[in-house]
Amino acid sequence: MAGQGRVKLKIDHVEKTFQSRKGEVVALNGVSMDIMENEFVSVVGPSGCGKSTLLNIIGGLTEPTSGAVYCDGEEVTGVGTERGVVFQQYALFPWLTVRGNVEFGLNMQGVKKEKAYEIAMKYIKMVELEDFVDSYPKELSGGMKQRVAIARAYAANPSVLLMDEPFGALDAQTRTQLQEELLQTWEKEQKTCFFITHDVDEAIILGQKVVIMSARPGRIKEIVDINIPYPRNQETKMTTEFLDVKNYIWSQVYKEYLAVKK
Amino acid sequence: MKTVTKGEEVQIGNKIDKPKRRSNRNFIDRIPNKAWLGISLLVAIMFWTILSVLPSTSRSFPNVFLVAESIGTMIERGVFTKDFASSLISILSGFGLGFVLSLPIAILMAWYRPVRFIIEPWIQFIRNIPPLAYVPLVVISAGVGRTPQIIVITIATFLTMTITIYQGVRNIDQTLIKAARVLGAKDKDIFLRVIAPASLPFIMTAIRLGTAVALTSLIAAESTGASAGLGMRIRALSNTFESSPMLLYIIIIGIIGLIFEKLAKVLERRLTGWQDKVE
Repeated sequence: MAGQGRVKLKIDHVEKTFQSRKGEVVALNGVSMDIMENEFVSVVGPSGCGKSTLLNIIGGLTEPTSGAVYCDGEEVTGVGTERGVVFQQYALFPWLTVRGNVEFGLNMQGVKKEKAYEIAMKYIKMVELEDFVDSYPKELSGGMKQRVAIARAYAANPSVLLMDEPFGALDAQTRTQLQEELLQTWEKEQKTCFFITHDVDEAIILGQKVVIMSARPGRIKEIVDINIPYPRNQETKMTTEFLDVKNYIWSQVYKEYLAVKK
Repeated sequence: MKTVTKGEEVQIGNKIDKPKRRSNRNFIDRIPNKAWLGISLLVAIMFWTILSVLPSTSRSFPNVFLVAESIGTMIERGVFTKDFASSLISILSGFGLGFVLSLPIAILMAWYRPVRFIIEPWIQFIRNIPPLAYVPLVVISAGVGRTPQIIVITIATFLTMTITIYQGVRNIDQTLIKAARVLGAKDKDIFLRVIAPASLPFIMTAIRLGTAVALTSLIAAESTGASAGLGMRIRALSNTFESSPMLLYIIIIGIIGLIFEKLAKVLERRLTGWQDKVE
């Protein structure tokens, strides 16, 4: 699948510097890459390598200092409903029920009530939360909250899904479960996915490509194609293909961790 | 799939503790919360009775029966309902005005840096001054009667509520605003659908604190030459050393405070029950 189709996201020489008390901090230093339509790209790198900054720039939540991101050939100048975001902290609206949260984007887009309900229920069923439709976020576990967040992002029907360590706060078991669910969903309803993680296993099991970012200033160190066929599941993690690529990526990432330590 | 809510965790804790307990501790555990309230009241009345018997305090603390009797005395004098109504009108109008003013000011402070930088230091400064100190100034301009009472309570409640609401609005989780924006919310939607509901818990806290402040500034407010009122009456009674009705009025102010707090809590639970907090 990779390498085919058309370019969905073009990241073109993106640079980002922040002003801090110690002076300028370069978060991203000339990042360029093309992401194809319906491609699943994972991004790994040490903390502080600018992964989240890059995601925020693609999402239109942060402006790059120079360079640009193009979505479907158009320059990104702000947020847009074609680019959905799933945050690590779930970011559910605590005053809305599961259904209210999932319907939020639809309401914002002016979708009619009955239609919004129908769409919301479809995605709530997809993440298997139909028994919790009228529950408030405080009544849900972390994994369930993130399922709602994913359903909410899907319901707004973006063509690009940006995920910022969405499973980072979850326990290992819930995490693997949600990885499989996300893969199943992605196979059913293909979207261009940009998935940030610090977990190499997670990056490989999900992505068609794994982008390895270098320590600050953030640059793309290498892009590794993952040629393991889908559907993938936990057993995939035992295959030699997986382990080989894992060893390779891990060693590359480890070098960057060491660089951060210095 | 089962989620463990905070309440259930407490239950589990109790179950683990139980086998260790001996029978005498079990007895104390078995007293329901409502009964504790009665016990607490009984202890307070006992304490009060001791104070009413001790020679050094008996003149300030007449016994329970004398205080209860004084209700009749005050009604006979035709002032009881007048005082009660007058204070309630002052508190409610002052608090209402304070609330109506504090809401937009707090939001402006949270929204616009210049507004914040100019106003906040002064609110903090004046907030620490007891209302009693500036009452004479209010009287000079506003004269005596209802107006200065309402002004004093308005100032006191406005300051407290503005700071509470403003700090809440400033601390709204920015990720929620981001999440709303990426889902297509415009500025108006963000204000009405995110900022407003997210501020509600802080507004409820402000209301609770505001009613408490309204009550504590009542005495100051009614020292403006009021013709009736709970606070005014206490001062008037002090001239004739009538400690029974004084104590009665003090207790009534306390009860009003309790009722306000209960009402605020009910409202809070109704409107912000979705909050993830431990009671």
